[in-house]
Amino acid sequence: MRVNFTVNGRRQEADDVWEGESLLYVLRERMGLPGSKNACEQGECGSCTVRLDGIPVCSCLVAAGQVEGREVVTVEGLADYAKQRAEHGSCGTGACGTSVDEAKGWQAKPLDSQTGEGTQLAPIQQAFIDAGAVQCGFCTPGLLVAADEMLEHNPTPSDADIREALSGNLCRCTGYEKIMDAVRLAAARQGEAV
Amino acid sequence: MSDISAKGAPIGTPTKVTQGSQTKGGIGESTLRPDGTLKVTGEFAYSSDMWHEDMLWGQILRSTVAHAEIVSIDTVEALKTPGVYAVMTYDDLPTDVKNYGLEIQDTPVLAHGKVRHHGEPVAIVAADHPETARRAAAKIKVEYRELPVITDELSATAPDAILIHEGRDDHHIGHVPHPNIVHRQPIIRGDVAAARERADFIVEGEYTFGMQDQAFLGPESGLAVPAEDGGVDLYIATQWLHSDLRQIAPVLGLPEDKVRMTLSGVGGAFGGREDLSMQIHACLLALRTGKPVKIVYNRFESFFGHVHRHPAKLYYEHGATKDGKLTHLKARIVLDGGAYASASPAVVGNASSLGAGPYVIDDVDIEAIALYTNNPPCGAMRGFGAVQACFAYEAQMDKLADKVGMDRVAFRQLNAMEQGTIMPTGQPVDSPAPVAELLRRVKAMPMPPEQQWLAAGEAADVRQLPGGLSNTTHGEGVVRGVGYAVGIKNVGFSEGFDDYSTAKVRMEVVGGEAVATVHTAMAEVGQGGVTVHAQIARTELGVTQVTINPADTQVGSAGSTSASRQTYVTGGAVKNSCELVREKVLEMGRRKLGTYHPAWATAELLLEGGKVVTDGGEVLADLADVLEGEAVEIEAEWRHRPTEAFDLRTGQGFGHVQYTFAAHRAVVEVDTELGLVKVIELACAQDVGKALNPLSVIGQIQGGTTQGLGVAVMEEIIVDPKTAKVRNPSFTDYLIPTILDTPTIPVDVLELADEHAPYGLRGIGEAPTLSSTPAVLAAIRNATGLELNRTPVRPEHLTGT
Repeated sequence: MRVNFTVNGRRQEADDVWEGESLLYVLRERMGLPGSKNACEQGECGSCTVRLDGIPVCSCLVAAGQVEGREVVTVEGLADYAKQRAEHGSCGTGACGTSVDEAKGWQAKPLDSQTGEGTQLAPIQQAFIDAGAVQCGFCTPGLLVAADEMLEHNPTPSDADIREALSGNLCRCTGYEKIMDAVRLAAARQGEAV
Repeated sequence: MSDISAKGAPIGTPTKVTQGSQTKGGIGESTLRPDGTLKVTGEFAYSSDMWHEDMLWGQILRSTVAHAEIVSIDTVEALKTPGVYAVMTYDDLPTDVKNYGLEIQDTPVLAHGKVRHHGEPVAIVAADHPETARRAAAKIKVEYRELPVITDELSATAPDAILIHEGRDDHHIGHVPHPNIVHRQPIIRGDVAAARERADFIVEGEYTFGMQDQAFLGPESGLAVPAEDGGVDLYIATQWLHSDLRQIAPVLGLPEDKVRMTLSGVGGAFGGREDLSMQIHACLLALRTGKPVKIVYNRFESFFGHVHRHPAKLYYEHGATKDGKLTHLKARIVLDGGAYASASPAVVGNASSLGAGPYVIDDVDIEAIALYTNNPPCGAMRGFGAVQACFAYEAQMDKLADKVGMDRVAFRQLNAMEQGTIMPTGQPVDSPAPVAELLRRVKAMPMPPEQQWLAAGEAADVRQLPGGLSNTTHGEGVVRGVGYAVGIKNVGFSEGFDDYSTAKVRMEVVGGEAVATVHTAMAEVGQGGVTVHAQIARTELGVTQVTINPADTQVGSAGSTSASRQTYVTGGAVKNSCELVREKVLEMGRRKLGTYHPAWATAELLLEGGKVVTDGGEVLADLADVLEGEAVEIEAEWRHRPTEAFDLRTGQGFGHVQYTFAAHRAVVEVDTELGLVKVIELACAQDVGKALNPLSVIGQIQGGTTQGLGVAVMEEIIVDPKTAKVRNPSFTDYLIPTILDTPTIPVDVLELADEHAPYGLRGIGEAPTLSSTPAVLAAIRNATGLELNRTPVRPEHLTGT
């Protein structure tokens, strides 16, 4: 079957999709977007969390055919998504893309290193790095998508709110303390920016 | 010239990372991970993200029974499946080397005539789509003739027990009482019988430790690419490239230099990647088909695809005088190694030599054994051997303190070892061992407030209660308990192992600035070794910008990312190579510029801020002027001081290079009516010698603490005692702590230098995994008054239902 949908603001078309293929498989193996991780394939670990029409979902549990005509945001598009939200308010659907004005203003920036220090990150991404919330990093993409979504609708979460919102995302390395720190940090920075 | 360089490297090939620093960025600073940005943007390529044009997918068919003769294997239907390129069984293995293993080569690459555990690899398939490969594997018909299963000590050592491995010829067979025992290590010191006479109190206990899984999130995976020279390029997630290489090459019939390995992104390890998983299978299929082959386990297969933490039975007897001094220890520790040896001998060595814990006990009689059974193979997991022992001896300490009538922490402090204490192995502890101080610190931390579920107002916030959003209590029947524990772990490979690492360091001028490149084969599995290597290079070479090359087998072995050893050993190797580079640079400086300033010959010279400076701070030259167009490059091995094997009868010997200590205080709240436990806080105090990167140190301590929490209250691989089959191979049925299960983990870091170690550092990764579990158990006992001699604790153990 053929599936048409939008990923990170770009129209995409996947051909020869099997009935049993998940959105996760299509993203990873057909779209070349391996940022969403496959760690359990049964919705227990949250490593494959993406936003589907704005709602965080385990992409391993979404049949590829279900995303026909819908909009998906993955970790690869998180920085752009957060930038659009900051500039234009919530874009709601995730279909923000790049505006014509922005495209005209685009210029190549020299990167000072390959660690991506010249990369523009979403606030939650920067907070994860700064707080030491990344170790092996396998859970990180899913946690970032989930945490970013929580901060979108709850900009001043209590610790209990953070734990509840992230309870579907397993991490085996950190003991979650630095992840808590990162979300608190992102919330605080978000508060300062307003 | 390999195939990939002709066609272009696979997508996801690891690249070097270069990191600058706004500050000095040396050791002791919490510099950020050089791979952090790649990991938060989704660009960091894990082994499961590798992709190559024209690649095939490999699939492994595993045994559905635990112990059976293989009567026949029929691959005809599988081979006929469209899209299938190859099906291989034992008969297709290319050389006479058909087994592998870390220490004992007892593990068949593919089962031969017999399977010894549930999930053993029997056949492998390569196809053009992963689902095709799975379906084809399912079409392979294997006829089994089932054999009786051996599942515990009794069945393993029964007079008529079937031998798991017939015709053993490994170096342990000569000193074990039965061929179904992999290894036995007694530790005997003093005179236990005489010391027992002096005891006013004696406590005995029998403890059971469940089988824990590493449950790293990134499943086993890799990509093997056949090369034009007949060799293979393997991109793989592992803990030790060179150990893999030594096991892979003979099975493929290739010289080691034709198996070129590169470390791909590793999604956690915790010991579960010490043994091989899909490495040989992917290489075999790639060489057979002439195409790149990728294998990625799913979670179900991952539960079968790596060894687990040894479950254990521990029998302990301690004595104490009425003033609280320990008199003696008798212990017997039975570890279930499962069907293959893996790291069992080393686990036995740790369990026995560390079985007395961090206490002064002069009269000791310990025996540890590991069994061969038909249960899943067990091997390395964070803190191995020491974790199981700590669970038992800490329960004993509480019981004994209660008998003597002393405070439980004070009793431990009274008997705590310190620098100079003689271990049960006869080895003196020759660096700081602040056991009593760690207990004091963890006890001195403020207690978490009571009844936090009422903090937000009148109504109970169920999220703060046992049972959480299941809304099972609003505080009724909830009792708080507090427990303490402390542990001891060795650092590095012990018992005479030649434990070394290799680092290649290069210094040159790029764009007018002196920069360094560090190349090692160290497996970065998430711990932050790459962060620390950059810090060491900055400290030793006075540069800002450091490039970390991908780990591969083009440089010498780094040893394993295990045993809390990498910062010590590969960190030590990077430091050593940097020092050698610095010496060469200073020689160049003396040769070129020595006549301009007498200090070149007389002062102690350092490299700082891109310059050569005297120890008094005077600048002699810019590094760019010393190096000019030249590059200085050194590859050197570095090893810690040697250890020696334990005597096989007495266990005496200088077996360990360094010890490491952590203490925990657990605060729990238990719904005593439903048997639900909520851990409220898990405080830790640990001596780290020197925190090279404090942020990463705390991350390690909190992560290790949480894995200990998991095995205290939820984590266990359930093996059916009748069939030896695994009953819960999924994250639905094998639970690891979520963010809701994990409490705040305040950490107090003590830094007492070990003069024998680089920068005085102490390996840190494992110690927090030890004491976390017994502290939680002690707290639950404190809340419920129950004895609780097994871990994990389940609701039915608390309610008696």
